[in-house]
Amino acid sequence: MPVPQRMGPVKPKQELKEEFTRILTANNPHAPHNIVRYSFKERSYKPISNVDQLAVHLVLDGNLLHQDSDEACRQRARQGLEKGNMPVESTVAEMDNERPDTPVFGEGVAEEFGAEERPDSAESKSTRREQKLTNQFNFSERASQTLNNPLRQRECQTEPPPRANFSATANQWEIYDAYVEELQKQERNKEKHKAQSMKKEEEKSRKKTAVVETQSDDITNVGRAAKIMERMVNQNAFDDIAQDFKYFEDASDEFREQEGTLLPLWRFQYDKAKRLTVTALCWNPKYKDLFAVGLGSYDFSKQGHGMLIFYSLKNSTFPEYIYPTLSGILCLDIHSSLSYLVAVGFYDGSVAVYNLKEEDDEATYRSTAKSGKHTDPVWQVKWQKDDMDNNHCFFSVSSDGRVASWTLVKNELLFTDITKLSVGGATVERSEEARHLTMACGTSFDFHKKIDYLFLVGTEEGKIHKCSKAYSSQFLETYDAHNMAVEAVRWNPFHPKVFISCSSDWTVKIWDHTVRSPMFTFDLNCAVGDVVWSPYSSAVFAAVTIDGKVHVFDLTVNKYEPICHQLVAAKKTKLTHIEFNPVHPIIIVGDDHGFVTSLKLSPNLRKKPKEKKGQELPKGPEVEVAKMEKLLNLLREPDNS
Amino acid sequence: MAETAESKKEEADYKRVHSFPLIRHTDMPEEMRVETMELCVTACEKFATNNESAAKMIKESMDKKFGSSWHVVIGEGFGFEITHEVKNLLYMFFGGSLAVCVWKCS
Repeated sequence: MPVPQRMGPVKPKQELKEEFTRILTANNPHAPHNIVRYSFKERSYKPISNVDQLAVHLVLDGNLLHQDSDEACRQRARQGLEKGNMPVESTVAEMDNERPDTPVFGEGVAEEFGAEERPDSAESKSTRREQKLTNQFNFSERASQTLNNPLRQRECQTEPPPRANFSATANQWEIYDAYVEELQKQERNKEKHKAQSMKKEEEKSRKKTAVVETQSDDITNVGRAAKIMERMVNQNAFDDIAQDFKYFEDASDEFREQEGTLLPLWRFQYDKAKRLTVTALCWNPKYKDLFAVGLGSYDFSKQGHGMLIFYSLKNSTFPEYIYPTLSGILCLDIHSSLSYLVAVGFYDGSVAVYNLKEEDDEATYRSTAKSGKHTDPVWQVKWQKDDMDNNHCFFSVSSDGRVASWTLVKNELLFTDITKLSVGGATVERSEEARHLTMACGTSFDFHKKIDYLFLVGTEEGKIHKCSKAYSSQFLETYDAHNMAVEAVRWNPFHPKVFISCSSDWTVKIWDHTVRSPMFTFDLNCAVGDVVWSPYSSAVFAAVTIDGKVHVFDLTVNKYEPICHQLVAAKKTKLTHIEFNPVHPIIIVGDDHGFVTSLKLSPNLRKKPKEKKGQELPKGPEVEVAKMEKLLNLLREPDNS
Repeated sequence: MAETAESKKEEADYKRVHSFPLIRHTDMPEEMRVETMELCVTACEKFATNNESAAKMIKESMDKKFGSSWHVVIGEGFGFEITHEVKNLLYMFFGGSLAVCVWKCS
């Protein structure tokens, strides 16, 4: 209580009697009673409710140790022996327990001491006990680190599986169509299987077809290209010939008034045909550059195989089609409208028809001994118009004296004898035996272009018979044409009455079929192999002779001599046949070595008659010729009659 | 009357004849193709009325057997353009009017 140091003015008595209460509390008057502490929890200053009221008057540091504290233990341990009066709590059990314990390092000495000492080793026991308790603060850690392999990163990116796009539409009609197609396929497969099982060699044929198909696939792909290449090469190789063929016109013809020349063009030969004779030539009516060559032999003693070969002007080195035959071919004819049908007559008397469209080498139809083949060589075949049933038919003439007609019916050849040729005309008087013995040998025949039933037959005796299809036993007419065998007989393509014949008796004769004697006779000084009218003029014809010459006649220019006779073949080759190309101004000539030579006619040889312009069939000059003939005949007949 | 009978017969024939499973396009290997086709046929026959369940069945089986991420579409009229992993596509017809397209693409 502060004692006022000075007394103030004297207060009135009332104030003196006022009682002042003084409360004595234990509060420390010096203690602050509004301590404010910052509370982090509430982040503000907060008054502390309990302020410490303790006032310390005196502080004295004492030196009393608690008996269980560390310092006390240490002191005790130091003093040890001296003090004996310390209160001991000893249990024997504890001692026993403590002994087998492993001594704690650092306190083993103390323990041993305690253990060996006196009964107040209890205190050491307790220390021991204390020492054995886990010491949280005084322990050592043992650790070791093995070698860790260093870490390494590996990455890999595989290729993703390939993807593809696909799109389709699924409609009812698509589904239906697919099913229908599948069913059809299955049916077709079934049929194929049935057909195959019918054949005998099932597996073989399948293998063959499989093999052939694969082969032919390769070859046919190349084949077409190869063919074109071949033709190109040929064209290049024979370029000059091709140019001549197309464009060359012999300019010197202007100076030679009445003569012409033949320009040799390509020469066609085939290796395997070297020993064979060209026995027949025929141009293809549809393909103007294709012609057929029949090969065989005229020699009676040397009869071997034969060949049917087709050449194209575009390829002179190798034939287009080759058909080997057992017997030599003597004649052939190509159908006028169906240019793939070829009729062939053989030396052994049979006839055959080849179909060029078919792949194999065999004849489509072939006549056999049963089906009426001729007993002697067939010298001429000619196609006819289709008969009533639309079957194709052709005629053949042979040395056995029969003219037969063959009809292609389905798979067979049916034949009918048209005429039998006999010597001295068909007369009823002779007996049958005599008739057989005196059968004439037909060597050639030709059908009239306009009059269907009329045809001519040339015989080996030199006679020409005019026959009709309708009459089988009688001839309409017989001409005593030649002294030797008639090699060829041909109607004039323009004039309906005129025909030409040639023979080995060195002559070529032109006839009017109404007149029994020839109109013109030409002596060629050598046996004539073949004669043929030109397709562009009624008065031009060509003949070939055995000495290798080609003779071309133009009656409008020169009635007695050829306007061209030219040696075409090499020495000692006989020319056997000749044909004019229907379109191009060339002729082909076959010889007995198997060669076919093509020649171009010079302009003089192809003069078209200028008499009547604009008329395709030049009857003009023929009328003239006929007039001339008649004039001649008027001279002759009074003599003959 | 005869005509309708005939046409009914034709329909029945058509259904009978056209209901075999016909594979339209596939580039799966032989074994996988056969298995998948049979699975599709089974699924379609089982869930004849519910295309979704059938597709679900097919997809789950394919995932288990051949790996993840197969897709299946079943229907009677749809067009599609898809990208698929090569040698993992099957497009077939079944039942005369159903088209099933199964492909894998992860």
